[in-house]
Amino acid sequence: MIGLWSLPLLFALPLALGILSLLAVPAWRPRLIFVGLPLMAAASLDMLAGLVISGPQVYRLGDWIAPLGINLVADGLAVGMILITTLVTGLCALYARVYLRDHPPSTSFFWPLLWFLWTGMNGIWLAEDIFNLYVGLEVMGLAAVGMVALRATPPALAAAMRYLLAALLGSLAYLLGVALLYGAYGTLSMAGLQEAAAANATTQVALALIIVGLLLKTALFPLHAWLPPAHGGALTPVSALLSALVIKASFYILLRIWLVLGPEVTPDFTAGLLGVLGAGAVFYGGWMAWRQHHLKQLVAYSTVAQIGYLFLFFPLVTNTGPEAARLAWDGTLMMLFSHALAKAALFLSAGNLILAVGSPQISHLIGISRFRPMSLFSFGLAGVSLMGLPPSGGFTGKWLLLHSALLSGQWWWLIVLFLGGLLSAAYIFKVFRMSFREGPQIDRSVTPPLTLDMIALLLAASAILIGLTAHVPLHWLRVGMVFGAV
Amino acid sequence: MDWNGLVLLSVLATSLVASGVILLLAESRVVLRSVFNLAAAVLKLLLVLWIILGVYRNVDYELRFTIIEGVDFILRADALGIMFVGLSSLLWLFTTIYAIGYLERAPNRSRFFGFFSLCVASTVGIALAGNLFTFLLFYELLTLSTYPLVVHRGTRESLRAGQVYLYYTLGGGALLLFGVVALHVLVGDTEFVPGGSLSGIDPSLHPLLIGIFLMMVVGLGVKAALFPLHAWLPMAMVAPAPVSALLHAVAVVKAGAFGIARVVYDVYGIEFAYSLGLLGPLAVAASITIVYGSLRALTQDDLKKRLAFSTISQVSYIILGISLFGPVGTIGGLVHLLHQGLMKITLFFCAGNYAETLGVHKISELDGAGERMPATSVAFTLGALGMIGIPPLAGFVSKWYLGIGALSAGMNWVLAVLILSSLLNAAYFLPILYRIWFRKRDRVWCEGKALGWFETSGWLLFPTLATAAFALIAGLLAGMPFSPLYWAELIVSREYLQ
Amino acid sequence: MSGALSGYLVFAWSGVLLFGLGLFGFVAHRHIVRRLLAFNIMGSGAFLVLVGLAQDGRGVDPVPHAMVITGIVVAVASTALALVVFRRWYRASGRTDLPEDT
Repeated sequence: MIGLWSLPLLFALPLALGILSLLAVPAWRPRLIFVGLPLMAAASLDMLAGLVISGPQVYRLGDWIAPLGINLVADGLAVGMILITTLVTGLCALYARVYLRDHPPSTSFFWPLLWFLWTGMNGIWLAEDIFNLYVGLEVMGLAAVGMVALRATPPALAAAMRYLLAALLGSLAYLLGVALLYGAYGTLSMAGLQEAAAANATTQVALALIIVGLLLKTALFPLHAWLPPAHGGALTPVSALLSALVIKASFYILLRIWLVLGPEVTPDFTAGLLGVLGAGAVFYGGWMAWRQHHLKQLVAYSTVAQIGYLFLFFPLVTNTGPEAARLAWDGTLMMLFSHALAKAALFLSAGNLILAVGSPQISHLIGISRFRPMSLFSFGLAGVSLMGLPPSGGFTGKWLLLHSALLSGQWWWLIVLFLGGLLSAAYIFKVFRMSFREGPQIDRSVTPPLTLDMIALLLAASAILIGLTAHVPLHWLRVGMVFGAV
Repeated sequence: MDWNGLVLLSVLATSLVASGVILLLAESRVVLRSVFNLAAAVLKLLLVLWIILGVYRNVDYELRFTIIEGVDFILRADALGIMFVGLSSLLWLFTTIYAIGYLERAPNRSRFFGFFSLCVASTVGIALAGNLFTFLLFYELLTLSTYPLVVHRGTRESLRAGQVYLYYTLGGGALLLFGVVALHVLVGDTEFVPGGSLSGIDPSLHPLLIGIFLMMVVGLGVKAALFPLHAWLPMAMVAPAPVSALLHAVAVVKAGAFGIARVVYDVYGIEFAYSLGLLGPLAVAASITIVYGSLRALTQDDLKKRLAFSTISQVSYIILGISLFGPVGTIGGLVHLLHQGLMKITLFFCAGNYAETLGVHKISELDGAGERMPATSVAFTLGALGMIGIPPLAGFVSKWYLGIGALSAGMNWVLAVLILSSLLNAAYFLPILYRIWFRKRDRVWCEGKALGWFETSGWLLFPTLATAAFALIAGLLAGMPFSPLYWAELIVSREYLQ
Repeated sequence: MSGALSGYLVFAWSGVLLFGLGLFGFVAHRHIVRRLLAFNIMGSGAFLVLVGLAQDGRGVDPVPHAMVITGIVVAVASTALALVVFRRWYRASGRTDLPEDT
């Protein structure tokens, strides 16, 4: 049986490596990735092979039967998330190995935290019951907070604290929702809930708690206040990981739960409300990004805006007919994957630019296009995807969402996509405008190590490529939608 | 992927790969960069000639792969597309030669030539696109790749121009995107087929189709600089002369006009567009732009600005030709796509020569330039007379066909527009010629560049003379095989007799 | 649901009450340690809801207990991390609350 051996490895391995690197001396911590990354890549690819050859799979950890045992499900979406996680985390790890050399030794705690983060994320992608999702969220969240705090400067500590408080509040709301659902239906599995759940007050309150908790963790406008300082202030590889993957985890849970319970249980306006909040995020995040003076803060606010697009999923998939729902599903996932790649690339190239000019201020980038074209090129390439311009994943996702919105007659979302695209163009070109300005004729910038530039470029190029070959990932992502037929 | 598809891909790849390599080359590798760039341009031209012959013999060149279900990426060489490809590859070669001379010792050349090649790649992609999706893809890529060229000088003024350029083109691109998606929702993937594919659609959807048409034409009209969407073009003249020459005279504005041609002929179909009543308003819009552009050109003292307004006016001839229902008008419009390109690039090269050699940017300072730079001035004269439409130059052929086309389409008022506009053309070009040839310079020229054997650097002079010669030949030998006129007739015979 | 205050639901309702009190404390206080205490009270509330709802006469159900134990572990770990971050924050800035906290 291809696939099954690798499934538990996907979180046993990072957990073991995390503990190992915690015990290792700081100098040895980065080196563990040379063992860990190939193994993780092999396990992830094996999952893909398993999906392609034998379809979606269910694995019972230790052969215990649910509810006491833990069921793991590897359908198309889960495998897709595992692969993107391996790709982005792997590249960020390689980036960090070079990047952290010039940082104080205490930052070597990055490595154990990275492995724990990975454990939590893989746990979330594979979990089939809502309580294991909670555990995954917590493991991931605590590791993420630790990573934000790594820099140990007062602003970083404040950002970490704020992030932690938001995350804790979100988790508790989620946990209370889970408690109510279990009390009402005696089951934690998604499949079980889908069968059992009815549209009564208990379910609605539980679902409301779960949704609010997850929105807080996803930083959907207006619950986003913790995100910009945390993502903008962290070490560059940490920012990339948080923006690209970590916020996607809570969205992923929301998506799964919505498909299982949402349309049947919630009042009609819920999906629309989520869409409106998404629209608010697109406008507010884009506007705030445009107003920033710090490069990484700009990128962080761009994340706030891009999260908004994902939430158009809810109104477009609820009661809109199979074709529009399928397009919304495809479009949202396309957005999610291309944003993961593009935002990681954007943060890493922003980090390279900051390394080059030695200042996080956008205004210090004057004339940099002459001296650091490579870093700027990755930034631009990633920007293309975020602006939703072709040829890129962002464009393909936008195209699918537009298609879905028109097909379901909800033309007002077109305005969101239209203005959102223009706003993102405004903040991306704000950086370019500065860098094209003729400044000092002498190159005062520092050359960042080539590895850093190449990794950012690789990620940015993937964000472009995924748009051109979109039908392949989208086909496999649709495989075995175990819960909720879309 | 078959052999022919590969040829098609390599036409695109020559400039795409060139762009990548040039962007990565260090600033100091001047010779390597120039050799590589010219080699790519020559190779591309040869490949295009090969395909032109193939298209003439009805060989199918197609390359397609799936992007998402129901949406394909299609490259296809048909008569209309390859005409545009031919024009841009030919002019790419000349402009590259020109730019190497023009930007000698200027900073940021890697960036310049890299994005320049990327622009050409996008233009070729636009021309070869086989459906609206692929067209849109390259249309936006063109916007992105021209921005660094517009702001190339990095001055406050050029950054401002770049910003305005982005406002217009990104807004236009978004409108076009909506039109394309809406059409996609209605009828599925819209491949370009001669005669269009929409005529069979349910009549109750006709108002929607009209709305979509409007949206797409406005989106495309931004790049084609249709009045009142033209304001970016004169501002973008802050870019270096080769950029103005190739991009603003040929690639970008033509991409808009070409897109309108595609939408009218190969998406809606000219007969269906006519029956929806879309052509009349388009003709009116084009006519207004023609007259408006000419009027504004009259008052410009900056040579490049005057040429820019002239471009606005002349590109609308193409759109006017498209909107004239009937084969003759179509020929007029399509042939002008080529003729205007050759003439206008010549004029911009000349303007660049004057600016670079004599430091002259204003028309009022051109007195006696003919004596100092005779060859450049002859080229300028040829281009200007062609624009006015003096026989037997290229512009005359276009206007002749447009006039006959208007009469046969029963739109006699168009004739009045043509005559008025020709008078205006004369009114803004003849004074320049008068100054160049018949007035004497009262001061000494402040020479900008050290001279070689010729009146200016050979890099600048030869491309100018070559394009001028092409513009002359295109008019003189209009009746010969493979002349622009001949090719336009071939396209029309395939469009109208499907 | 048979009678909102019938036997086993007392625990659940107390849990909800605790959760609400904790939430109020969490939002109302600025001092980080107070907010952490409030967080722990909220957590206890949630656990009480879990255990309370399970006592509905369906017999012994081990699942909520497993969940609560896991939950407590998570809460302890979170609190520990929060205290570490707080201590460093306090040392670095001398403040017990977060800046521009509104």
